[in-house]
Amino acid sequence: MATTTPEDVGPGAPDDTAPDWSNTRAGVGDRVFLGISRAAAFTILVALAGVGVFLFVEGFDAFSLEPEAYAEGGGASTFLGYVGPLVFGTALAAVVALVIAVPLAIGIALFISHYAPKRLAGPIAYVMDLLAAVPSVVYGLWGGSALAGALKPVIGWLGDNLNWIPFFSAEKVAVNGRTMLTAAIVLAVMILPIIAAICREVFTRTPRLHEEAALALGATRWETIRYAVFPYARSGIVSAVMLGLGRALGETMAVAMVLPSSFLVTLSLIGESSPRTIAANIASNYKESTPQMQSLLIATGLVLFAFTFAVNFLARWIAGRSERRLAR
Amino acid sequence: MAKSIDVSDLNIYYGDFLAVEGVNMTIKARSVTAFIGPSGCGKSTFLRSLNRMHEVIPGARVEGKIVVDGQSLYDPAIDPVAVRRQIGMVFQRPNPFPTMSIYDNVLAGNRLNSKRMKKSEADSIVEKSLRGANLWNEVKDRLGKPGMGLSGGQQQRLCIARAIAVEPQVLLMDEPCSALDPISTSAIEDLIHELKSEYTIVIVTHNMQQAARVSDDTGFFNLKAAGQPGHLVEFNATKKMFSNPDEPSTEAYISGRFG
Repeated sequence: MATTTPEDVGPGAPDDTAPDWSNTRAGVGDRVFLGISRAAAFTILVALAGVGVFLFVEGFDAFSLEPEAYAEGGGASTFLGYVGPLVFGTALAAVVALVIAVPLAIGIALFISHYAPKRLAGPIAYVMDLLAAVPSVVYGLWGGSALAGALKPVIGWLGDNLNWIPFFSAEKVAVNGRTMLTAAIVLAVMILPIIAAICREVFTRTPRLHEEAALALGATRWETIRYAVFPYARSGIVSAVMLGLGRALGETMAVAMVLPSSFLVTLSLIGESSPRTIAANIASNYKESTPQMQSLLIATGLVLFAFTFAVNFLARWIAGRSERRLAR
Repeated sequence: MAKSIDVSDLNIYYGDFLAVEGVNMTIKARSVTAFIGPSGCGKSTFLRSLNRMHEVIPGARVEGKIVVDGQSLYDPAIDPVAVRRQIGMVFQRPNPFPTMSIYDNVLAGNRLNSKRMKKSEADSIVEKSLRGANLWNEVKDRLGKPGMGLSGGQQQRLCIARAIAVEPQVLLMDEPCSALDPISTSAIEDLIHELKSEYTIVIVTHNMQQAARVSDDTGFFNLKAAGQPGHLVEFNATKKMFSNPDEPSTEAYISGRFG
């Protein structure tokens, strides 16, 4: 922005009594605040780039080791062979957790925003937020002991009666209840609060006008939600699910503590041994491994990083597409 | 289809706050009834109580009686959702459903009744309603486009088409032209004239000329005093209201000497 001094204005202008129209008051406060917020915005980019660069530099060597180095990963001989089952396990755990958590979270959010009377909605929202504050180690403990025990009969029943569904067929059904299903439920409980909180926020911001449009046509409460609330909240829901998915993909402790796992590719959620996730694999192996192994683990971290990134981009694109369709 | 509305001793509350007190009137079938009055005097509140939209605000309730065609609207056995299907409403600002096409917007109310409709049946409802709202010629080539892409006046006529697509008995309009330019306003007023042969229309307006132009009967609402509830000052034929009203305060308001 060019500032104009009185000399620049030309003849006639330099008049001390004339009001000063130049931009002299673009004050210190403005500039300081601009600097601070700009710095904050760049910090996030730098941090992200820093993490990416670190993972790439440290893990690069591990892409092409001798075949024996990958053998621990279920006898794999290439990096892809090693990381493949881990990616599968990560995705499976996260997707199952989402399948459980998303409908529940949307239901909770709708209850708080549209169904519950005020004196009930407040406490429920509060408890929801408390759930988010519980550390993941605690969830791991709870999942490994309490939940696994409680799920034993359920898992047994699923294995006996629903084993024609690939998810519930297993050569050996886990007797201790520590299964992929258990881990996914723990993950679901962990990501529930964040999804529900964001959804609630978006739902309560539905323009009154749209809701009244539906109500005035004789819509029931559910129809109003379908006509006015969901279309408005769609991109918000996608964001909420993304945040939940991000947390589920990277969650370490809960999964590592609940699940005895190995390098497997199986859809079964109740088998005795389950696919391992990238994060759990890093957590359980990183401390006691050779530099070469560490580098390999970092490389899997890079894969997780890229994977999360890709999922996020995809979701943004989907959400953006529906917005663009609206704006047209 | 059009029905008359009898209102007797109606009090409207928000929680403990009495917003409108002691309204009595008879709204004639197949006519246009306008409500005028200063802001905050309860005319919109009263209008919304006519299709039970009022009670979507928490704590809002009504005492007294509103009878449409022998049926008391506030009878405990009556479902407010059913009332709103019979008594349509058009709002101050146009509010087509943003994710829906023009076509789907018109059919929104019909689909709520969740009957399966044949394509041909749906097409004819859309055409009839859009023609009824004087919008057909402007949008017939782009029925699949979003309703939000229309101009403000067109959106408002789309909302009217949506309201009449379900063939209600009564059509309520809450300042339907206040967000529109004079040309769109005139289009809507013409439309009101045409619609009154089939519907009972009740309109709230801040525009006195509009009330004089479109309505057969006019009700003047005012606050009794600052902080007091609103009430119906006078209800009369529009011609009489604007030439020789019974109440001096009506005349003061209409002629611009307010108070």
